Amino acid sequence: MQKSKIGLLKFITCGSVDDGKSTLIGHILYDAKLIYTDQEKALELDSKVGSTGGTIDYSLLLDGLMAEREQGITIDVAYRYFTTDARSFIVADTPGHEEYTRNMAVGASFADLSVILVDASQGVLVQTRRHARICKLMGIRHYVFAVNKMDLVQYSENRFAEITAQIEALASELSLDSVKIIPLSATAGDNVTKRSSNMPWYTGEPLLEYLETVDVAADSSDEKFYMPVQRVCRPDRTFRGFQGQIEAGSLNAGDTVRTLPSGETANVKSIFVGDRQTDSAVKGQPVTVTLDREVDVSRGCVITKDDGIAAYGTLDASLLWTDDVPLEPGRDFLVKLGTKLIPAVVTQIKYAVDVNSGEHTPADRLSKNGIARCTVKLSEPVTADRFSVHKTLGEFILIDRVSNMTAACGVVEELYEKSVSGEDKAAFTDGVLKASGDLFEEFYYDVNSYNVFHAQTVTHTFGIGDEIPSHGKSYTYPDDLDVIVLRDKVAVKIRNRKVAALLSFDSYEYDGTVPLVNGRGFGVLARNDAEVKQFIAEYEASDKDSLPDLFGKWLSFVTYRKIYISGTFI
Amino acid sequence: MPVLSHLDELEAEAIYIIREVAAECEKPVMLYSIGKDSSVMLHLALKAFYPEKPPFPFLHVNTTWKFKEMIKFRDETAKKLGIEMLEYINEDGVRRGINPFDHGAAYTDIMKTQALKQALDKYGFTAAFGGGRRDEEKSRAKERIFSFRNASHAWDPKNQRPEMWTLYNTKINKGESIRVFPISNWTEKDIWQYIRREKIDIVPLYFAAKRPVVERDGNIIMVDDERFPLREGEVPQIKSVRFRTLGCYPLTGGIESTASTIDEIIEETLASVESERTSRVIDNEAAGSMERRKREGYF
Repeated sequence: MQKSKIGLLKFITCGSVDDGKSTLIGHILYDAKLIYTDQEKALELDSKVGSTGGTIDYSLLLDGLMAEREQGITIDVAYRYFTTDARSFIVADTPGHEEYTRNMAVGASFADLSVILVDASQGVLVQTRRHARICKLMGIRHYVFAVNKMDLVQYSENRFAEITAQIEALASELSLDSVKIIPLSATAGDNVTKRSSNMPWYTGEPLLEYLETVDVAADSSDEKFYMPVQRVCRPDRTFRGFQGQIEAGSLNAGDTVRTLPSGETANVKSIFVGDRQTDSAVKGQPVTVTLDREVDVSRGCVITKDDGIAAYGTLDASLLWTDDVPLEPGRDFLVKLGTKLIPAVVTQIKYAVDVNSGEHTPADRLSKNGIARCTVKLSEPVTADRFSVHKTLGEFILIDRVSNMTAACGVVEELYEKSVSGEDKAAFTDGVLKASGDLFEEFYYDVNSYNVFHAQTVTHTFGIGDEIPSHGKSYTYPDDLDVIVLRDKVAVKIRNRKVAALLSFDSYEYDGTVPLVNGRGFGVLARNDAEVKQFIAEYEASDKDSLPDLFGKWLSFVTYRKIYISGTFI
Repeated sequence: MPVLSHLDELEAEAIYIIREVAAECEKPVMLYSIGKDSSVMLHLALKAFYPEKPPFPFLHVNTTWKFKEMIKFRDETAKKLGIEMLEYINEDGVRRGINPFDHGAAYTDIMKTQALKQALDKYGFTAAFGGGRRDEEKSRAKERIFSFRNASHAWDPKNQRPEMWTLYNTKINKGESIRVFPISNWTEKDIWQYIRREKIDIVPLYFAAKRPVVERDGNIIMVDDERFPLREGEVPQIKSVRFRTLGCYPLTGGIESTASTIDEIIEETLASVESERTSRVIDNEAAGSMERRKREGYF
């Protein structure tokens, strides 16, 4: 039988400054003749001017930046590429020093497997624990502990057994899923690419062979489809496709899907993988999906077949702080989760986690390279899940709103304030006509975080003759009112606080005798039908850049609405 | 569940990145150098937005010393695909007669690095896609996919933004810009295999053909037009050569080869033990030269 290739393996190497991780990878590349000759020539040249005096220093292959060459340490992630007969690899060589923990996390976030170096003469050290903890935090499931420098402990089986026991204790403490322990010597080449004759007592694979055969594909047989929407593709009026990458499961033409956070359902009309139309697509593929009906979906929304996925207003997360400016609770950021980018506030640091020992301690701030469990309040509900359940919906970054730095990365541990789904959302209906009831949303100013939020407290569907709640904490509507819901292209006539009629825009005419609001209850500054039609036309011709000006020109928030002050979250 | 192939994974990653930029960045542009990596980038951009056309223009910074066949290929490609292709030439450099024969490193700086900065400033582009790959050169091996430039287009390798998972932070302040490298994780071999799989058109100079060349300092240089100043006693020879990278013809070394199909090129590439930048004359100056140039704003 022909040897079938398994997928690309992305892995990282971590270890402290002296563990010899650059040497290890340099050795794999060199041994397997995987480096090109001119880089090899450059390596020899570099070596001559370097401190090792004439002998080849494999680590120079990887320590690319000049600053690093001068200091002799690795400060940033270096990516290397190699292919053997069995597999293609991308290796991220990451810095081991605590000062560069955030750079190590970058490498870990990219990898499926982590090779953690342990010095055989020293055993499991504080930094070994730190590296394993960061890898686990960033979601790595497969681990190789490379017990290096076995030549310095006379290839002792007993010493290896001692270290194995230490590693197993650490793996159990951190609940590492898949762990392989290999005794080797990077400089001497034992058990790197070839089985070592110095350690006949080790019967497992050498490192490279293990990396060539390990299966890191997640068991995805029962995963259900979900896709965060990257953009809406509208080449013309007839085509409206949602573009994104399938993050789990598979999708077939004709499937029924749900959109989040709007909670609508629709059937899949067509699927494109790149520029090729197809009947089905699977996890990992970039697709364009069209649906058989109009849905309220834009960038940041999620399309799914999984009923367990929902939108939430508040998250508890483990944050790794990556900015020079420390975190203090109450600060607001932009959060990017999936493809959604919105304001958010870190309202609370529940406790700090010691990156070395894992110990929980109270904290009122979080400094660079520190980890803490925090509460993040989102400015609107976002489709999210626990990192351990739906990885792509459980990972996020915080962006500083002044410096634009990536201030932190985080993984979701708990979710609160589940958003009401589409069927439970306030709405107006009459036969086939349906319009959203966003005019009953409450707007409030949160005194803890100094931010304005909105919340849906009314979840009723209103039919003809039903009385509406015309007074809320943040709105007071007149008894007679016309509502033009732009998104649904439906006008709702309210007369004497009751729903009198729903009309599609085509058959609606504004007679100018009652007040007029848009779908969110903002006053519309139009006096007659001609001006209403002009507003609608300008809205339909607008894009995301022109929308704020357009709304500024036609809408008035304060006519029937206000923002009320709140001491607690809704 | 089928496992995606290595090329499918790289393609998906690149398309994801290209879509993120189009969705989040204010004014993106895709740099187009006419080389094979640019051909792959263009192909990925077409796939990423289909059935829409790429929602950004393409920019070629022309040093005026490109191979004639490259310019012809560029114009035909833009016309065939109906994409917006901008060309920028540093006219000041042209007026001063800056050329690769007399001005060496200054030529690269004025006609490429400065020209690129001028072009980005002229149009106000906030994000520029480039076809850089991490396997090309040591300092590129450490560059992020989203790489930030200050108002004077300089890169600070010591203070790169952390890039976590595929959550790219595209936020910048006024005057700053981003270089985006969607094919960072591709190797030269991946590029060739993808060109074969997708049947992507590339400039014929990549295929071996009989061409007039001279040999200088161990490099085979093509005599592409009458501006080439032959040294005393130098007579162009007709040889079967091809090019592994394309740039300014006086600075691009060819290799003797008879590989005239993609399969033959792939076979040669897989067997090759020389990494491709060896044939770019400018890289051999000194260790760390690429990093130094990038800090100064070279792409």
